[in-house]
Amino acid sequence: MALVIFALVLWAAGWALNARLASGPARETTAARLAVPIIFGATLLAMWELIVRGLDVPMVILPAPSVIAETFAARLPTLWEDFVQTFLKGALSGYLIGCAAAFAVAIVADRFDFLKRGLLPVGNFMAALPIVGTAPILVMWYGFDWQSKAAVVVVMVFFPMLVNTVAGLSDTAAMQRDLMRTYGASYLQTLVKLRLPSAMPFIFNGLKISTTLALIGAIVAEFFGSPIRGVGFRISTSVGQLALDMVWAEIAVAALAGTLFYGAIALIEKRVTFWHPSHRS
Amino acid sequence: MTDTAPLAAQGAGVGRSRRVALWMRGLAHTLVPVATVVAALIALWYLACVPMNASQSVLNAARADVVVSPESASDRRGMSGLALAIRNPGVAVTGAFAQDRARLPAPHQVAAELWAGTAREPVTSNRSLVYHAWVTLSATLLGFGFGTALGIALAVGIVHSRVMDMSVMPWAIVSQTVPIIAIAPMIIVVLYSIGIQGIVPKAVISAYLSFFPVVVGMVKGLRSPDAMQFDLLATYGASKGQVFGKLRLPSSLPYLFASLKIGIAASLIGAIVGELPTGASAGLGARLLAGSYYGQTEQIWAALFAAAILAALCVALIGMIEKALLGRMGMGS
Repeated sequence: MALVIFALVLWAAGWALNARLASGPARETTAARLAVPIIFGATLLAMWELIVRGLDVPMVILPAPSVIAETFAARLPTLWEDFVQTFLKGALSGYLIGCAAAFAVAIVADRFDFLKRGLLPVGNFMAALPIVGTAPILVMWYGFDWQSKAAVVVVMVFFPMLVNTVAGLSDTAAMQRDLMRTYGASYLQTLVKLRLPSAMPFIFNGLKISTTLALIGAIVAEFFGSPIRGVGFRISTSVGQLALDMVWAEIAVAALAGTLFYGAIALIEKRVTFWHPSHRS
Repeated sequence: MTDTAPLAAQGAGVGRSRRVALWMRGLAHTLVPVATVVAALIALWYLACVPMNASQSVLNAARADVVVSPESASDRRGMSGLALAIRNPGVAVTGAFAQDRARLPAPHQVAAELWAGTAREPVTSNRSLVYHAWVTLSATLLGFGFGTALGIALAVGIVHSRVMDMSVMPWAIVSQTVPIIAIAPMIIVVLYSIGIQGIVPKAVISAYLSFFPVVVGMVKGLRSPDAMQFDLLATYGASKGQVFGKLRLPSSLPYLFASLKIGIAASLIGAIVGELPTGASAGLGARLLAGSYYGQTEQIWAALFAAAILAALCVALIGMIEKALLGRMGMGS
């Protein structure tokens, strides 16, 4: 019980510290911006540990973070193998193919107005559908290995990427297009020098949405059949064995991979669209 | 989109009132292209059926003593569907659209299965798609309710407290890069072990997927009034609660509805995925899983389309509520 009370005290202390940081003199500095969420996260993690130990929560319900960390360290080779299977082979290859295909279709659709008017509503509709449902069909067609996972990812990322790219390509002001015309620019020149650059914020938005979808697609497809490795496979078998520490270790892998993937795209975005108002301040 | 003729163009409005003419013009502007694209997709689907189902159609024909090329089954085994279809065009085309358990069922087969599952079965039967759709929908709506409430509460907190803005918002963003689906089987097992089962675990997953769009949209919406409007309320001596109720909340509604449309679609995905890892016996996800175990491809496609129709109906319903509500508030477009 003492541990639980200590957890609550810790929570109050962390919150008070954050409140001081957030309203104190250093509130606008980068250090404070980084410190506040880190303190918040660390407090949550510490509370989790203390409450699980204090209330003797059984392992099958919730393992303590320290136990998960131990498992993570001990099973590193297995986790790496799963990461390669699910992320590098399944999600990443599907992401690249899907985004490239959607980009190409968007460029073609943008060239022909009729196609754009037809594809945009259909694409918007498809982007809202539960496309993960195609996983069993694609696993049936492409077998159990990573190819079927990549196929699911391709289908999942295609429509959000398509819709965003098409929307981005039409996001130029009439004045800018007129200027290009007075320069006598050809279609290709207008596309490369004006419309693609100004579409970049939209394209990166699509790329960022797609990072999460890619991981979800790759993991869900593994529930429908996979070789004996992969994040989704390991999670479903470990849940069956009630080895929840292993499940949490896999979740940590998936979370790390997802966050790093998103972060990498966001970093590239910052370098490519440095001119955009949202990055200038 | 200014490429259509203006309404005043020659002959544009002949014999029609303005409203009808506008409607007709909208029809030509979007409906025709959309219908063309959809028709092209269906045609592609039919076309794809031929090579996809070729090996089965050729096998059926060979069993019925029709001469096929190559004649021995072992020669055919290594060939791709496309090559088989090219060498036996007649057999492949006639046999492609009416197979049981086809690799790719034709659109009319899926439509027939969908019709049989919705209209021909009593809605209480567990062969009825309406029943399965209801099971999934109930979890979706419960999760959507949780998620929306949590999202709005978080957004209100974030807008009013700087500490919360700085500490919670980054983690809310990180939470979305975690593929929740990875956690789904565990949530279900853990909740089961503490005695909670049925629709609540699925609803938890739905809620997790739907809260984020609501948080982001509401934070943006609650901050959308400009400084002049806040100043005006300050000169009236309005309290924080009055500013919230009379200015922030009404002006956040368009943002809220945009988020709700994303949120309900995400909730449905969550509910369907929540049914996969547990071997649930009812629900559209369970239909998908059962179909994939027994190779009932028509059943998979029918469940998939049922899910798509359900998602479309949910989004359309929210769109209608949005239109009615914002129209009455004088914010309709």
